[in-house]
Amino acid sequence: MHKYEKIWLSFGTGALILFLVILGISAVHQGHSPAASGIETINPDHVRDDERFKEPGLYESKEEGFDYDLYMVASMFRYEPTEVEIPKGSRVRVMVTTPDVIHGFEVAKTNINMMAEPGLISKYHTTFNKEGEFLVVCNEYCGTGHTDMTSVIKVVGSEE
Amino acid sequence: MAKSYLNTTQNEVYSADTVINKKDSKLVLANMIWVILALVIGGTAGALQTFVRSGYFELPLGIGYYQILTLHGVILALVLTFFFIVGFQTAAVSRSMGGLTDGERKAGWIGFWLMTIGVLMAAAMILTNQASVLYTFYAPLQAHGLFYVGLTLVIVGTWIATGAQTKRYFRWRKQNPGQKTPTIAYFVAINNVMWYVCTIGVAASALTQLIPWSFGLIDTVNVKLTRTLFWYFGHALVYFWLLPAYMVWYAVLPKIIGVKGFSDKLARLSFVLFLFFSIPVGIHHQLVEPGIDAFWKGLQVVLTFMVIVPSLITAFSLFASFETYGRKKGATGLFDWFKKLPWNDSRFVLPFVGMLFFVPGGIGGIINASGQMNQVVHNTIWVVGHFHITVGAPVVLTYFGAMMFLLPHLVGGKMTKLTNSLGLWLAYTWALGMGIMSFAMHLAGLKGAPRRSTFSEYGGHELAQEWISYQLLQAIGGSFLLIAIIIAFFAFFLSLRTPKSDTVEEFPIARFMDDGDAPLAWVENWRLLIIITIFLVVIAYTVPVSQIFTENIPGSPGFKAW
Repeated sequence: MHKYEKIWLSFGTGALILFLVILGISAVHQGHSPAASGIETINPDHVRDDERFKEPGLYESKEEGFDYDLYMVASMFRYEPTEVEIPKGSRVRVMVTTPDVIHGFEVAKTNINMMAEPGLISKYHTTFNKEGEFLVVCNEYCGTGHTDMTSVIKVVGSEE
Repeated sequence: MAKSYLNTTQNEVYSADTVINKKDSKLVLANMIWVILALVIGGTAGALQTFVRSGYFELPLGIGYYQILTLHGVILALVLTFFFIVGFQTAAVSRSMGGLTDGERKAGWIGFWLMTIGVLMAAAMILTNQASVLYTFYAPLQAHGLFYVGLTLVIVGTWIATGAQTKRYFRWRKQNPGQKTPTIAYFVAINNVMWYVCTIGVAASALTQLIPWSFGLIDTVNVKLTRTLFWYFGHALVYFWLLPAYMVWYAVLPKIIGVKGFSDKLARLSFVLFLFFSIPVGIHHQLVEPGIDAFWKGLQVVLTFMVIVPSLITAFSLFASFETYGRKKGATGLFDWFKKLPWNDSRFVLPFVGMLFFVPGGIGGIINASGQMNQVVHNTIWVVGHFHITVGAPVVLTYFGAMMFLLPHLVGGKMTKLTNSLGLWLAYTWALGMGIMSFAMHLAGLKGAPRRSTFSEYGGHELAQEWISYQLLQAIGGSFLLIAIIIAFFAFFLSLRTPKSDTVEEFPIARFMDDGDAPLAWVENWRLLIIITIFLVVIAYTVPVSQIFTENIPGSPGFKAW
C-alpha cells in the first residue's frame, strides 16, 4: 500500500473509532439512549378506554424520580391536550400514542422528538428547565390536516 | 505490466473506439428516455412545492400539496434513479464485457416493460388522488391497491433487468477463467447483489401485508413490521442510487481527464464494504420510534458508521487521481492542481461539482446516524436538506455527467459544443439552486421546522414565522432548480439528436495504476461475500423482527386521510 493511503486509512478508521466512543459514552454514561425505545403496547381502537390515556394531560407521577407523567394523544389532526402547563424544573415522563396513523411528536426547540405509532406507546424522560411556550408539531406526514396539528407546552416558573 | 484484456467481442476494454452494439444501445436508450421524462415531471413537482411553501402560491385545480409531494418522491427517488441505474449498468457491462446475448437482452426489455407498466399504474393512482401516501407509503395510511401492485412490478422489473447484467458478468467470468473482471462490471455485480438482498424486505412487505390489506383480503396490517421491512430496504436503496455514481467516479472519470485511477484493489474493497454495510443499518432511520429496544438501535448505529471507511477510501482515491492530473499539467504547490482541472468539460464538471456536495452530505449523514443528534434533527426539514445534497446533487449530477457522453455514444455521434456548454450551465445552475435550497432547509431544520409539511403558520406561533422566512429562501433555490431542469431537458434532448459521425463519442473506461497486479481472489468469491452480507443482516435484524411478532402489537386497519 501507498504511504499516503496508509496514513489516510488510519485517519479514517481513527475517526470512526472516535465517533463511536463519543456515542458510546453519551449513551452509557450520560444515559442518552434513543427516545421511545422499548416495547409497550396498547390497543389503538381503544386508546380512550385505556386507563393511561382516558384523560390525556399532566398527572403527578407515582414513579420514583419523576414529578409528573405527561400523557398525550396524537390523532388526525390534533393533539390532546392542546395546551399544558408544566412547572419549571419538573422531571417528566412523556408518553404519547395514537389511535390512527403514524404521527410525529416534536416539541420544537427542545430535544423531545419522537414518533407515535398505533399499537405502541412512545416514552421519553426529560426535565423542563427552560421557561417559555414550546410549540408541539407533527413531523410525520399523516394526511391533509398534518400541519394543523399543534399543541403548546407552557413551562412556567414556580410562584415561590 | 498492465494486461490489455479484450472483451468477448474481441474489442479492447480500454480502447476509445469500443462501442456498445446497436441492439444493446436501443435498450439503454429506452431507459434513458424515462430518466429525462422523470426529471422534467418530478423536478417540476419539486419546484412547485417550494413555491407553495413560500406562502405566495397555491396549486390550481384542486391538486393537493401531498399529491405532488408523492409524485415528486416516487418519480425522482424511484423512477428516475431506477431507469438510470438499469440503463447505465446495462451500458457498462455491454461496453466493458461485450454485448448481451439475445436472451439477456430480452430479459432487459421484459424488465423495462414491467417497470414501465408499474410506473404507469402507480402514477395513475397518484394523479387520481388515490395514493397520496408519499414515496415511503407508511402504513396505516392506505393507498389504492394498484399503487402497491405498480411499485411491486417496478421492483420485479429491476430484478429481471439487472439479472441480465449479472448473467452477463458471470458469463464473462466463465469465458475468461482466472482473469480479472473489468472493474466497472464488478461494481455492477456488487450493486445488483446488494439490490437482490435488500429488496426482499420491501417485496415481503408488499406481498404479505400491503397488497392483501389494500384489497381487503386481510383487515389489519402490522405497522411495525411494514416500517422495519421498508427501512431494511430503504437504506440500501440509497446506496443503490449512489453506487452507479461511484462507478463513474472510480472507473470513468480518471479516463475523462486522461489519468489512471488510483487503485483497482482499493476501489473493489470499498464496494465490498458497501455491500456489507448498506443493509444491516436500516434501523438508524427508526431511532426515535417505539417498538425497538435501545440496544438494537445502538448496534445498527455502529454498523452504519462502518461506511465511513469506504467513503474515505473513495474520497482519497478520487482526489489522488485529480491531483495526479493537475501535476501532469505542471501544477506545483499544495492546491495549484485544483485550478488545472478541466473546467470546460461538462463530463468532468457535472460529477465533480456533485462530489463537492458530498462533503457536507457525508458529514450530515454521520450526524443523522448518531443516535443522540438524530433526536434533534429527526423528521425536521434538515433531513430533506440532507438528501438533496446527497442523492439530489452528487448522485444526480453524476448521472447527468454520464448522460453527456452516454447519449451521443448510444446514437452514434459526438458530443457537440452546444450540449457541452449546456452541461456546464446545468452544473452551475443546479449547484446554485440546490445549494441555496438545501442550506435553508438545514438551517430551518435546526430550528425545528418539520419536514413533509405544506405552508402553515401553526396558529400564529412566532417560531413558524421564522421557518417561513427560510421557506422563502427555499423557493429561490427551487426557482434556480426549475431553470436547471429546463437546461437539462435541452442538453439531453439535443444529445439524443446528435448527428451520426464516423468517430463515436467515447464511453470512457479508466485503467488503474495497479492494473498489473494479480487479482484479489476473495473479492470475487461471491459465496463468501453473500454469506457475510446475510450473516450481518441476521445479527442486526433477527431480534428486532422477532420481537415484532412475540410482543403482540395490535394490527391497524387502513386510513385514507387525504
